[in-house]
Amino acid sequence: MELNEIIKPENVVYAKPGLMNDHPMHYCPGCSHGVIHKLVAEVIADMGMEEKTIGVSPVGCAVFAYNYLDIDWQEAAHGRAPAVATAVKRLNPEKMVFTYQGDGDLAAIGTAETIHAANRGENIVIVFVNNAIYGMTGGQMAPTTLEGMPTSTCPYGRMVELNGYPLKIADLLALLEGTCLVTRQSVHTAAAVRKAKRSLRKAFDNSMAGKGTSIVEFVSTCASGWKMTPEKSNDWMVEHMFPFYPLGDLKNVE
Amino acid sequence: MAEEIKLMKGNEAIAHAAIRYGTDGYFGYPITPQSEILETLMAETPWETTGMVVLQAESEVAAINMVYGGAGCGKRVMTSSSSPGISLKLEGISYLAGAELPALIVNVMRGGPGLGTIQPSQADYFQTVKGGGHGDYRLITLAPNSVQEMADFVALGFDLAFTYSNPAMILADGIIGQMMEKVVLPPFRPRKTEEEIRQESPWAALGKPASRKPNIITSLELDPSIMEENNNRFQAKYRRVEEREVRYEEICCSDAEYLLVAFGSSARICQKAVEIARAEGIKLGLLRPITLWPFPTKALAGYAGRVKGMLSVELNAGQMLEDVRLAVNGRVKVEHFGRLGGIVFTPDEILVAFKEKIYR
Repeated sequence: MELNEIIKPENVVYAKPGLMNDHPMHYCPGCSHGVIHKLVAEVIADMGMEEKTIGVSPVGCAVFAYNYLDIDWQEAAHGRAPAVATAVKRLNPEKMVFTYQGDGDLAAIGTAETIHAANRGENIVIVFVNNAIYGMTGGQMAPTTLEGMPTSTCPYGRMVELNGYPLKIADLLALLEGTCLVTRQSVHTAAAVRKAKRSLRKAFDNSMAGKGTSIVEFVSTCASGWKMTPEKSNDWMVEHMFPFYPLGDLKNVE
Repeated sequence: MAEEIKLMKGNEAIAHAAIRYGTDGYFGYPITPQSEILETLMAETPWETTGMVVLQAESEVAAINMVYGGAGCGKRVMTSSSSPGISLKLEGISYLAGAELPALIVNVMRGGPGLGTIQPSQADYFQTVKGGGHGDYRLITLAPNSVQEMADFVALGFDLAFTYSNPAMILADGIIGQMMEKVVLPPFRPRKTEEEIRQESPWAALGKPASRKPNIITSLELDPSIMEENNNRFQAKYRRVEEREVRYEEICCSDAEYLLVAFGSSARICQKAVEIARAEGIKLGLLRPITLWPFPTKALAGYAGRVKGMLSVELNAGQMLEDVRLAVNGRVKVEHFGRLGGIVFTPDEILVAFKEKIYR
């Protein structure tokens, strides 16, 4: 069979989401961000909310998220995305509003904004990419860096006596009355991607149903920061990250 | 219709004027001496009448970033605080300036540095007009000297902010915020509809219709050649503001041989000092900058050849003094008189200082 006979609409099993443009991505090979961007784009399109969605990008690797998804965006100061999103949603209740944040942004410098937005039950989605490292600045220790895990600012590995414990912020957020969905997902296998998309859709549905704050944490890889191949970083994540950050729903209010 | 005259505090006047202006959102955090702004807004429940959102944030930092979010949607949004709280907001103010977002910020100044005191001061002049936050930006700064101006400058501040896509500040102090005076509140204006906002602020991130490209609110640009262009655009805008928006008041200046220069509450006290001096036969005048940035540089330069001396009277250690001296460029003697740390001078103290430093 000729290739041209195969490339027909009825044979399409996968296509790039319409909201994703052709801007070359700055993400490293093996990084989880690309897949998570794709899922966000698909969910927005599936819901038919392309013209009513406002994204808030963070400071960190995802600072340029606004270059890749053709929706309106606001780029927030470091850690302040939930405060920015709070105002966007409160002033435009009919819009769909989400933040897209990394671990340093959400769980270190922005901890107060994260907790208080969630505690107020802001009707927003927080997409939380936890790769246990500061990627954009070159691989420094994050609040979620695992004990013993080396980074450029803890080259001997994270020492609890010096740096405290890795922060399970999703567990904290699940305790708050304002949250309706707190879930940990990953995108390292096709099955995980499909499952994560279902959680993401639930989160966005919640925000439009006025049920409160939804947090979807993606336990992710940072091949460059971890100094591993993409394949090895997936294995390392399964072996070391999943035991400390177990996947699944921490809270799911129906 | 007869004018509606009310008696209220400056802080309360700000709150009422904000509702009447059609402000879309206020985000604040309590701090003395300006908490009446948030308290009044909460008591008035404007979300039930005009639809205005009022929210007590978890910090000044969160509040200014809420303002950023609202401003990025093209909404009329504001915050207020006092000196230590404004220090916390400066990062956000720099981002507003860098993203060219219009917003209104109120600073009801108190004495510093550090936690300082809750008593009135004008020690945040440098912080406000010289930058404060990082980067080459300017903050349009209005200095009210009465409760009436507290009310009036809400509309003026928003109008200037939207005309130039730049944050604007009302720089008041504990005296203006706390004192009660008669005030005529502005009439009610409807809030802008989303349609109006989309027309007036086509850059607003309100959701992307298929017909246009994404609107992206950001101050980030990693390409230095483009970042320089952006900065040049900001600077060109600042020059336009300096050209068009200088505001000041001249009191007894036409025949003045000496000039007091003072803003806000200091100017009110100086007005009395001028009266006393005139009764003694001294031809003293008062120039009151209403906009601190843009500063009335040309007006002051015009007096440099006409008067024998100027005294910059401020509740600080000599901050506006530098701008007065730059304006007259050495052509006339300029000295400073101030009280610090929350102490307010009397008209007599001002006159004694004037006689010692300038009149002799």
